[in-house]
Amino acid sequence: MDFSLTEVQSMLADSVEKFIANDYDFDSRQKIAASEQGYSSAVWETFAELGWTAIPFSEADGGFDGGPLESMVMMQQFGRGLIVEPYLANVVLAGGILRRVASTIQKEKWLRPLIAGELQAALAFAEPQSRYDLANIETTAKADGDGWVINGHKGVVLNGGHAGLLIIPARTSGETTSSDGITLFAVGGMADGVTRQPYRTIDAHQAAEIRLENVRVDSSALLGDIDNACAVLEAVIDEATLAVCAEAVGIMQIMTEKTVEYSKNRVQFGVPIGSFQALQHRMVDMLTACEQSYSLLIWASMANAGQTAEARQSISALKYQIGTAGQAVGQEAVQLHGGMGVSWDTDIAHYFKRLTAIGQMFGNADWHLDKLAI
Amino acid sequence: MHLTFSDDELAFRDEVRAFFRNEIPEDVAEKQRQNVPLDREDYIRFQKALFNKGWAGYNWPVEYGGTGWTIAQKYIFSTEMADANAPNIIPFGLGMVGPIIYTFGSEAQKQRFLPDILESNVWWCQGYSEPGSGSDLASLKTRADLAGDHYVVNGTKTWTTLGQHADWIFCLVRTSSDVARRQEGISFLLIDMQTPGVTVTPIITIEGDHEINEVHFEDVQVPVENLVGEEGKGWTYGKVLLQHERTGTAGVARTNYRLKNLRAQAARSIRGAVPLANDRNFMRKLAATEVELKALEFTELRTLAAVASGKAPGPESSILKLRGTELQQATDVLYMEAAGYYALPYVPDQYVLDFPEDVRVGEGAETRSSLRYFNFRKASIYGGSNEIQKNIIAKHVLGL
Repeated sequence: MDFSLTEVQSMLADSVEKFIANDYDFDSRQKIAASEQGYSSAVWETFAELGWTAIPFSEADGGFDGGPLESMVMMQQFGRGLIVEPYLANVVLAGGILRRVASTIQKEKWLRPLIAGELQAALAFAEPQSRYDLANIETTAKADGDGWVINGHKGVVLNGGHAGLLIIPARTSGETTSSDGITLFAVGGMADGVTRQPYRTIDAHQAAEIRLENVRVDSSALLGDIDNACAVLEAVIDEATLAVCAEAVGIMQIMTEKTVEYSKNRVQFGVPIGSFQALQHRMVDMLTACEQSYSLLIWASMANAGQTAEARQSISALKYQIGTAGQAVGQEAVQLHGGMGVSWDTDIAHYFKRLTAIGQMFGNADWHLDKLAI
Repeated sequence: MHLTFSDDELAFRDEVRAFFRNEIPEDVAEKQRQNVPLDREDYIRFQKALFNKGWAGYNWPVEYGGTGWTIAQKYIFSTEMADANAPNIIPFGLGMVGPIIYTFGSEAQKQRFLPDILESNVWWCQGYSEPGSGSDLASLKTRADLAGDHYVVNGTKTWTTLGQHADWIFCLVRTSSDVARRQEGISFLLIDMQTPGVTVTPIITIEGDHEINEVHFEDVQVPVENLVGEEGKGWTYGKVLLQHERTGTAGVARTNYRLKNLRAQAARSIRGAVPLANDRNFMRKLAATEVELKALEFTELRTLAAVASGKAPGPESSILKLRGTELQQATDVLYMEAAGYYALPYVPDQYVLDFPEDVRVGEGAETRSSLRYFNFRKASIYGGSNEIQKNIIAKHVLGL
């Protein structure tokens, strides 16, 4: 039992922190978020140069063999910096699939450029009717000669508008909600029959509705086994859940720090509002929520790094905690900032929106509590 | 960061498990199983068993006869102790005054008091609160006036837990009123309960038990050698002790055991009822409490790790006290809810060893559930009320 970071983990956290301090202050972030593309190509290149896009991949794949703990320290900093670049969509989601099931040729074609920062990718795991059930897939892929024909609608696909590579889970057999009969396909973002409706999300990230109409792919588009992709999807979404929870903890911590600081400087009735006991106790509740959330984060990250029997359960516990405590901390931070908290030009408002978005992703608090209440 | 135990730690776990399975006096273990309250001798026999094993100083450094355990060992020890449903270690000697004496006491005090604390030969109690001094502890009025080679103590201490069993009491007393801050002029005094002028009167708590007392001091003569550390510095010592107390009152392992027990009972049918595990609302509340407790387990481990790296338990220990007591109380509520109608019977006479099964009212986790619920409302009040803990965190952690 050991709670200290390794040298590599500390260096990683430091380097992200330094980057944010030097090159990614709130004003720069807002400019990037407001740009047409919605993220910065230059920043993305920097991520690739610094090796951050390579963290979770094996050395054989050109990566650094990082695990949940390396992801954790980096994502916490991404949270503090309110990074809008599509790290989750590319590296964690699409990269997570490719890392697990892509053939050597497929890795050469998609994973290598993804790590190099040259290919944008997306995993289209959700559909309009699926809510948080990964097995709920209506999109179909029917065998046709030596290829497949795909039809369906993928909803709120993170980074879906920019992605040159779309990874599409489609039903190759079974009922709509069956966990058997799901197969993964690599589809070009500009392929014939793909219609994309890109939009911004509430947290200044990007997503798209993607419709697939008689999209024809050949057998080289098949990722992994036929009918057997559900477990892979679950593993990747688990990893993504851990990642956004780490990001959320970083956000909760900085929101609490900023709220305490604000309360020391904001004078009303002739005194700093931080001198009021009613507000002090609420900030203590925020701090407690942060400490408790961080505790679950390190538990879940360690359980998943070691693949202990508690790995799955720890993710649901963590996501439930982040959903409830994150909402509480976010709302309190806004409330204690008063009118500033609901102003577009205040960073607190944007932290709150990202935290809110994370709460809605990969199963909300209720969804995960249900998994634990059996 | 990793969670695994080394081979040595796993062997240690087996040894601790075997100890709690085999070395607790059989009748005491049976009382624990039947949820029968323990008496003075039960606690002493249990703690002497720990002493004989060399584990009484579970939290003490080696040089004072303690175990000098690592965090992992302490974690294993408290987890195994709770999972075996072993009795609680009475904290006042081993957990509180012992550490104060070996940290701030004189050599003579260490030699005189520490061996009897370790061996549970002397039962200690705590004299902090007074009828007029609760959360505002620094307003305490019990006086100790120096008269030659002794102090003369006058005043009243209250909420004195298990004071009816105690041989000695450690007290915060006022030795000077001529001070700039009220926290100055308070001293830490050790008082023999047999000294003339000390009287103990019971206070019956909400559930009907005699657990706490008032202790009165009328011209009680206390030798000056019973002053710990410097005169007037008692507040500082007491504060350190409170931080130890707060670390100890989180009760994570014990609450974890109680939740596991409740989960197991919920899966069973009691008196032919539909198992509680079928009740989504109940199971969701249970799961939410389990999540919060798991978080606190790691918050406590992080605090212990900080202490092991040389830091004193700081104001963050207030978070442990806050959330720990809230979760104890949340668990009490779940037990009572699980009991349904069988939370109602108030039959104190049946909580004796080998009370006939066929006339015992209520079973398993139902037993004493509402009495425990009532009694443990104290948890968010004692050791500095939870509101005081929030004041401490606001001031010393957040800098407000």
